[in-house]
Amino acid sequence: MSPTLQAEREASLQGRRTLLRLATAGSVDDGKSTLVGRLLFDTNSVLSDTLDSIETASRRKGLDRADLALLTDGLRAEREQGITIDVAYRYFATAGRKFVLADCPGHVQYTRNTVTGASTAHVIILLVDARKGVMEQTRRHLAVAALLRVPHVVLAVNKIDLVDFSETVFDEIATDFALLARTLGVRDSHAIPVSALEGDNVVTRSSRMPWYEGPTVLGYLESVDDTSLEVGEDFRFPVQSVVRPQSAVQAPWAASAPVVDGDYRGYAGLVAAGRVSVGEEVVVLPVGSHATIAGIDTPDGPLDVAVAGQSVVLRLDRDLDISRGAILTSTDAPPAPTRDLTGTVSWLTDRTLAVGQRVLVQHGTSLTKAVVKQIDGVLDLDFDARSAPTWRGTDALTLNDIGRVRLTLAAPLPVDPYKEHRGTGSFILVDEADGWTLAAGMAGPTSLRTLDVDPHDTTAEPVTS
Amino acid sequence: MSTTPTAGTAPTTARALRPLSELQALESESIHIFREVAATFAKPVMLFSGGKDSVVMLHLAAKAFWPAPVPFELLHVDTGHNFPEVLTYRDEASEFYGARLKVASVQDYIDDGRLRERPDGQRNPLQTVPLLDAITSGKHDAVFGGGRRDEERARAKERIFSLRDEFGQWDPRNQRPELWSLYNGRHLPGEHVRVFPLSNWTELDIWDYIEAEKIALPSIYYAHEREVALRDGMWMAITPVTPVRDGEPTTRRSVRYRTVGDMSCTAAVLSEATTVADVITEVGLSSLTERGATRADDRLSEAAMEDRKREGYF
Repeated sequence: MSPTLQAEREASLQGRRTLLRLATAGSVDDGKSTLVGRLLFDTNSVLSDTLDSIETASRRKGLDRADLALLTDGLRAEREQGITIDVAYRYFATAGRKFVLADCPGHVQYTRNTVTGASTAHVIILLVDARKGVMEQTRRHLAVAALLRVPHVVLAVNKIDLVDFSETVFDEIATDFALLARTLGVRDSHAIPVSALEGDNVVTRSSRMPWYEGPTVLGYLESVDDTSLEVGEDFRFPVQSVVRPQSAVQAPWAASAPVVDGDYRGYAGLVAAGRVSVGEEVVVLPVGSHATIAGIDTPDGPLDVAVAGQSVVLRLDRDLDISRGAILTSTDAPPAPTRDLTGTVSWLTDRTLAVGQRVLVQHGTSLTKAVVKQIDGVLDLDFDARSAPTWRGTDALTLNDIGRVRLTLAAPLPVDPYKEHRGTGSFILVDEADGWTLAAGMAGPTSLRTLDVDPHDTTAEPVTS
Repeated sequence: MSTTPTAGTAPTTARALRPLSELQALESESIHIFREVAATFAKPVMLFSGGKDSVVMLHLAAKAFWPAPVPFELLHVDTGHNFPEVLTYRDEASEFYGARLKVASVQDYIDDGRLRERPDGQRNPLQTVPLLDAITSGKHDAVFGGGRRDEERARAKERIFSLRDEFGQWDPRNQRPELWSLYNGRHLPGEHVRVFPLSNWTELDIWDYIEAEKIALPSIYYAHEREVALRDGMWMAITPVTPVRDGEPTTRRSVRYRTVGDMSCTAAVLSEATTVADVITEVGLSSLTERGATRADDRLSEAAMEDRKREGYF
């Protein structure tokens, strides 16, 4: 086993290797598929049989070297047309981290794909062509990353070989980008000069740009802070189901599982944000009753503390009427259940959204009927480098629109503002008739900094009853 | 600069603030998916062949519902060409995890004329019909499969919740977007949803987890001696359904299986690996993909997997 592989194995077995989710975005012909292919190829994530098949395909196309972009086109139609139709997921790993990459198509109109890929991303890699600099599409993608609160954004200034590895060109683009990122309220951004085709600064440091002292793309991904935003937030736990075994369960496969009796009652779920300890007081929403955590159970034995991202079963010190859809929260600032939901939605289908329309709202583990009360406006993403996105009035939303809507819910939901809680501030809109996913929603004021003072922007009001 | 925390014996509270490890994060995500399906579908079923991915899937399901039992049945579509060691293991594992197993048999379909043998003798493609029949007759609205996105490039395109029409067909150009961890399983009568809880796992993750959780596997995953013949660059076992061909040289070799489909389409790899740790070393060093190395069914064409998936296969 090679030393790298050995290190990778040890890190993984000691539970030190972490999982980092990232998404890529860029316009057609910026070289996004090539960059992804290069990342996979130079991290030795491509095995020889796959490589043989793309070499054969590249030769058939008359190319003299393997076209790395072919690594990522999974569908027959994509290979035939040389385009990427839909988000694909790729995997690669280094000694310390495993990466799940959402490879999003870059077509100008596919805002919805970027939203899909970025919704779970910790890092987003945006691509620009060094010859063109920051384009409309870059601004669009960056606005989406800011809206979705992706913690880290990295700009890969690609095809730097075609501008003679010019420091001046790179600096101009990086400055433009940094300004834009600040305008939009992106928390952390960084720019890297690369040539995806030739491999400069993707995985291997380039000797052709001695003026660049920052990390390579992979170096950046390996060193970026991977503590999720959710870990630092207030505790949130959407209840998935109530666990009440009819009798004691024999589990020979789980030797360290505690023995439970027939009176067992627990609440299964995944900690969406923050942490919770045994003995801590929690609020049960939407009812509002209080209880104390009596135990945190897993088949591997009980825990003292559970943190964001962990699937556990919680027991409370008293019997309460809790079912799927309830949310357990910390006693600090629990969200007020409301029937008026205001949020920003990214419209994902070519069906139209109009005022008065009925939809289903899926939030956490609950599903509620809703009616569209008002459409405040649609986000104008055709802003230029010196301005910021603005809202424009509209009565309807359609494919790839990002709009502000107000919904009246059939039952009160404890929704957090998305800019404070990605887990309990997000929702999707579903078509009541055929179940199709219509929109991705972010509750409360938008996280785009420049839009915070928008006149339409009001926080949801609590139900008064 | 690295933010990866170092291993140590920090107290639980301090350790809890570190990011979850890769395997913890994958396990939690899969458990979340199992619970969402059980809570929102009327009659889920889980495909279970006794292969390593389906065993890991069953282990995760048992964890997801503990301390209650797994709330759905297991379904195996038996091609009639399965390795006997795997069938024995399949029955033992179902019992060990306290789950009920149903078997749909391709042989029954051939015997009564509903299916015909293919000229190439492969039975894997024949599984689709009994599978779809079992889904329909069992009124199953969700079907768990152990597919992973790292296996094949058509699978890299698939959502964790994958909507299928009444013919079980997948339409890759018209998939529902999947956002955050808000899985949408709503569907019309007759449609069903394929669910892949292992989507984000890789072959090495599966083996790491098998090692960490001490999960038992069928014996043929580890090195053993077997009569084999080299066909089309692959080591095929000599068995009653894959007999020696005229003039073909055979040899006894130490081999193991990387994937376990049926005997007619699954080849062995030469190996001395007798423990999980040995296997992990070999997998890490292999220059061939899991399916590329040993699956004859994926070699039929460049889009073999995509085509089978469109027809209703997993």
